[in-house]
Amino acid sequence: METSYSEKIFGINGPVIYINGKTSFKMGEMVYVGEEKLVGEVIALSSEQTTIQVYEETSGLKPGELVYSTGSAIFVTLAPGILDNIFDGIERPLSSIAEQSGIFINRGVSVDSLDTQKKWDVHMTISEGQTIYGGTIVAEVPETSAIVHKSMLSPHIEGVVKSVAPDGKYTINDTIAVLELKNGLEYNVTLAQKWPIRVPRPISKRFPASKPLVTGQRILDTLFPIAKGGTAAVPGGFGTGKTMTQHQIAKWSDADIIVYIGCGERGNEMTQVLEDFSKLVDPKSGNPLMARTTLIANTSNMPVAAREASIYTGITLAEYYRDMGYHVAIMADSTSRWAEALRELSGRLEEMPAEEGFPAYLASRLSAFYERAGYVETLNGLPASVSIIGAVSPQGGDFSEPVTQNTKRFVRCFWGLDKSLAYARHFPAIHWLTSYSEYMNDLAPWYNKHVDSNFVSYRNQILAILNQESSLVEIVKLIGNDVLPDDQKLTLEIARVIRLGFLQQNAFHKDDTCVSLKKQLLMMEVILYLNTKAKALIALGMPMSILKEFDIFEKVISMKYDIPNDHLELFSNYKTYIDNFYEEVIKKNA
Amino acid sequence: MAIEYLGLSSINGPLIALEGVQDAAFDEIVEFTIENQGIKEKKLGRIIEIYDDKAIIQVFEGSENMSLVNTHTRLTGHPLEISLSLDLLGRTFDGLGRPIDGMKPIHSNIRRDVNGKPLNPVSREYPRNYIRTGISAIDGLTTLIRGQKLPIFSGNGLPHDRLAAQIVKQASLSDSDSDELIIVFAAMGVKYDVAEFFKTTFAESGVSDHVVMFLNLVSDPVVERLVTPKVALTAAEYLAFEENKQVLVILTDMTSYAEAMREVSSSKGEIPSRKGYPGYLYSELATIYERAGIVHGSTGSVTQIPILTMPNDDITHPIPDLTGYITEGQIVLDRTLHGQSIYPPINVLPSLSRLMKDGIGEGYTRIDHQAVANQLFSSYAKVGEVRALASVIGEDELSYTDKKYLEFGKAFESEFVGQSESDNRDIVNTLDLGWKLLHILPKEDLDRIDTKIIDEFYDRKHDDINVDL
Repeated sequence: METSYSEKIFGINGPVIYINGKTSFKMGEMVYVGEEKLVGEVIALSSEQTTIQVYEETSGLKPGELVYSTGSAIFVTLAPGILDNIFDGIERPLSSIAEQSGIFINRGVSVDSLDTQKKWDVHMTISEGQTIYGGTIVAEVPETSAIVHKSMLSPHIEGVVKSVAPDGKYTINDTIAVLELKNGLEYNVTLAQKWPIRVPRPISKRFPASKPLVTGQRILDTLFPIAKGGTAAVPGGFGTGKTMTQHQIAKWSDADIIVYIGCGERGNEMTQVLEDFSKLVDPKSGNPLMARTTLIANTSNMPVAAREASIYTGITLAEYYRDMGYHVAIMADSTSRWAEALRELSGRLEEMPAEEGFPAYLASRLSAFYERAGYVETLNGLPASVSIIGAVSPQGGDFSEPVTQNTKRFVRCFWGLDKSLAYARHFPAIHWLTSYSEYMNDLAPWYNKHVDSNFVSYRNQILAILNQESSLVEIVKLIGNDVLPDDQKLTLEIARVIRLGFLQQNAFHKDDTCVSLKKQLLMMEVILYLNTKAKALIALGMPMSILKEFDIFEKVISMKYDIPNDHLELFSNYKTYIDNFYEEVIKKNA
Repeated sequence: MAIEYLGLSSINGPLIALEGVQDAAFDEIVEFTIENQGIKEKKLGRIIEIYDDKAIIQVFEGSENMSLVNTHTRLTGHPLEISLSLDLLGRTFDGLGRPIDGMKPIHSNIRRDVNGKPLNPVSREYPRNYIRTGISAIDGLTTLIRGQKLPIFSGNGLPHDRLAAQIVKQASLSDSDSDELIIVFAAMGVKYDVAEFFKTTFAESGVSDHVVMFLNLVSDPVVERLVTPKVALTAAEYLAFEENKQVLVILTDMTSYAEAMREVSSSKGEIPSRKGYPGYLYSELATIYERAGIVHGSTGSVTQIPILTMPNDDITHPIPDLTGYITEGQIVLDRTLHGQSIYPPINVLPSLSRLMKDGIGEGYTRIDHQAVANQLFSSYAKVGEVRALASVIGEDELSYTDKKYLEFGKAFESEFVGQSESDNRDIVNTLDLGWKLLHILPKEDLDRIDTKIIDEFYDRKHDDINVDL
């Protein structure tokens, strides 16, 4: 790296350092700080002072040490090798750091973002004389067993191909083609390109949401679906299952690529993802889940400035894979830690705080992040998407705090986790009354066409029963269950069947952890059929107490376990069971 | 470094400013020598901000007796370090790691920066082996896993110290009995009686030679408190990852630690965030709690049980709240249960062990463990609803099933949660007891248990359960 220009450190306050006087650093420029060459970024400039945030621990740094310019903004390297890998917040591979510095992360470790020695199998997709533009796919590389990496020309470059290397094995820095640019200069194309993390990668146009991101989680797919290219927030107090929800989506959703950002969270959780995803097999492709996953781990004890950057690093990687024509889903766990990193740095800079000490620009930063999601046409004309699922960790589990409230303004899907459900070990603890999805209307045509024309109507009926239950529960709380009329008792019973048999989903059960839309539909159908039949019995004057003598309700509740995912034909038996139940009640009490 | 600086520029609480320093580094430790009427006193400080040749130094022992003219300052050239060796075992130190048991300081070539470094997530091993505490509510419902950080959320006047002491006395590693548990005990701002209670408990149960104590009592300097847990964890990491010991760290009381941070932050004039605590409270707590775990290449482990007293029993207060977001679960003590003389007064509903799911079940405890735990949680949550209803319409008006729930709730609290301080139950007893209590409820209400497991365990005889009820 060119380090021609340097200035002396004047002051140090935690992760923030100051240089006195007028400097020629650029705003947002990446710098190397001190003898150990710690990575930093210029965050404020004035004629008296330059302010730099440092992405590593600053203890031991002295005034008078030098800050070196790199000339470029903080960037990530984009090339094969990103998948099946784990990075820190500024794209340094943690396994290479471990090789250099052991079980603890030392400072100033200098490692390449991606393996520069490894030779990849490259198949060229351009030919001599062709004019190519930013985004054109120049080569294909089998990156992992699941994903073909499509190397593209950097955006904003255009030229005529002068020469192309033959297919073969190349490292990410080998020249694989030479272009002649408009100005007559030559440009060497490699597998790698660099991109500043704070700048969204360009696209050709955006599409409205039209396809769901199928997650295999019933409460999400059926009640509160997220679209491909959509945004969702998962807020919840500690222990309500934010991380579990994110893990489940990362494991089972039908995205092509998963970018999992552990932002200010637990080290053991990242280890768990790493261990589990290497072992777990993607049911669709038969490949290990890690083959389509990349992890960004900036755990809570790692330097706070890098935590702020990790979110941008993650989304830039996601956009890069989107540009290849893939559907990418980002799990950001947790955006609150990122907001707190903003607050911490803002406090060090002595900025005027807004609500609860958060800086006033919190809302604009959040919106800028969520707006990088979308269903788009890429520069090379492919449909692709980035969906963002952001966990929010509200202080005290109180959704009125600034991060949750500001996030709500910019996401269209809200999966509110509830403490009392979690206490009763009802998982996923997503509360059906506080959650919503604005995508349902956009996606209804897709469900009609690809699942069943009844899907949306069933979904609305299920939701209606749950809403009735909540108003009935208020009455029960005051006067008890016994005084309710039988039809209302039935509503409570059916709602119980829905809660236990449909909404509750066991992540540790092989058949229940991921459920196809078809099975979700059939389950709803059985529950609603039971509701219709039981209602008919009540209308005939049968009391609820007699209906409950039969184990049909329990049987329907456990159908999620009893019907294996590859034997959906068994659902037809349930109609028979329910019909038999109907007949028997009539017979017995005629 | 031979240069000594005479005099100071300003003193404000525990913070002093010194001008004209050469070659000082951020986070470096400095030594003060204070002359007072011929008596020399030594103090330590840490550089927390530095601007050119002006350093802001935080004095660990407080700035009493220091004046602008009577103080000599010497730079040590390194951050705060402690010496480490196996001789630590059985010793007692102050909050900065200096011996207070009348014996000599540890001599060793191994000296470590107490700030530690973040563990690389790829070097971690996911914790899976449980630690048996002999306490049903913990073993059965919030199982403690080796390498976990599981805090006790308590309140003033609740028996968290007795619970921690019981865990220390009874804790045994499930598989390899040859491994003994080493206890690292760090006290931050605790009362003399509490420290004495733990000392006596360790001595009585004969584990004193496996204990390392770091004591910062309530009368000791506040700033020192900010370093005590870091010193203790540096010792714990050394014992676990280099000497391959199984280390259990007890940190008490994290509330005093956070309060000390607020005090120092406000004297620095920093912008407060929630309830006056500094914005970096989360990061600071994380650097402590994240120093637990198991790593590749070592057979040792660091397990943490931090104790914190929730101000006004408020679980949404920033200290328990941020702690809960970092730690892998929590054990919550409850004043109502305590009022009913139930010991340990663990409120199981908000209590949680995040690592439990991977460390229990077949091959670890027993195949029905998760199912029984889920059912107990779910049924006990229902008890709360029934109690609320009973308080409105009266117990007599309740349905038969609801009355059964009340009966179950009572039995669960007094028999399952409640146990004596000397009662050391094994996991089979705990689970069988759970089954016995579930028998109070109608069988069809056991909706969290797989039919196969119900068939296998429901009708087993539970009369021979060996617990003191």
